[in-house]
Amino acid sequence: MKTIAVQSEDFDVAEYYQSLREQSKNIGAIVAFAGLVRDFADHSLQSLMLEHYPGMAEKVLNNIADEAIHRFSIEAINITHRYGELTPNEQIVFVGVASAHREEAFQAAEFSMDILKTQIPFWKKETTSKGSHWVESKAKDDQQAERWLNDSA
Amino acid sequence: MISVLFFGKLREAFDCSGLSIASDSVATTNELLDNLLASHPDWETLLTDEQTQMAVNQALVKHHVSLASGDEVAFFPPVTGG
Repeated sequence: MKTIAVQSEDFDVAEYYQSLREQSKNIGAIVAFAGLVRDFADHSLQSLMLEHYPGMAEKVLNNIADEAIHRFSIEAINITHRYGELTPNEQIVFVGVASAHREEAFQAAEFSMDILKTQIPFWKKETTSKGSHWVESKAKDDQQAERWLNDSA
Repeated sequence: MISVLFFGKLREAFDCSGLSIASDSVATTNELLDNLLASHPDWETLLTDEQTQMAVNQALVKHHVSLASGDEVAFFPPVTGG
């Protein structure tokens, strides 16, 4: 069972966890990951604007969830990503995976986040006390996604 | 018509989130790019930047492809979601 959402509203991790838990009696492990808006060391981040490509964003999430189900033995997956203006410490993204065993749940969650970082059409613009700028993509994110793409598992 | 969309810093720099182009004037993404550059020469730096990505009908394409009426082509910088 897969659940995907692209929304401006906040989400409740406890609610998502409960929903994953109720999917099957065969679940022995749930991994829940939440990504938050991170402030800089100098506390200068005021807000983060997340722009997205409506339609393609949902399509990419759907493909990632399908691929996670195909690659790993999992019972359920929920991937939710927010857009709009967010402030430090707010929730941006959720990936929850329910599986019979923990290893598959951990792997499917990590796979989903690694692929999401390099494929989902979202763009971050940060506003700090010094002004606004677009966030640059990171080579490290590409490397983390590559691990799975080179892996035929 | 071909629908063209821009996101992120391209949308901001062009002050344009999208436009439509008559499909009989462009048969490929390559011709679409030439058409856009002819009408907006100031878009060249960002549109031809090797980092700029192109999606046709909401799927990334690495090489130029043919286009038909109703297709949606988007140009955007490398993604930074998650």
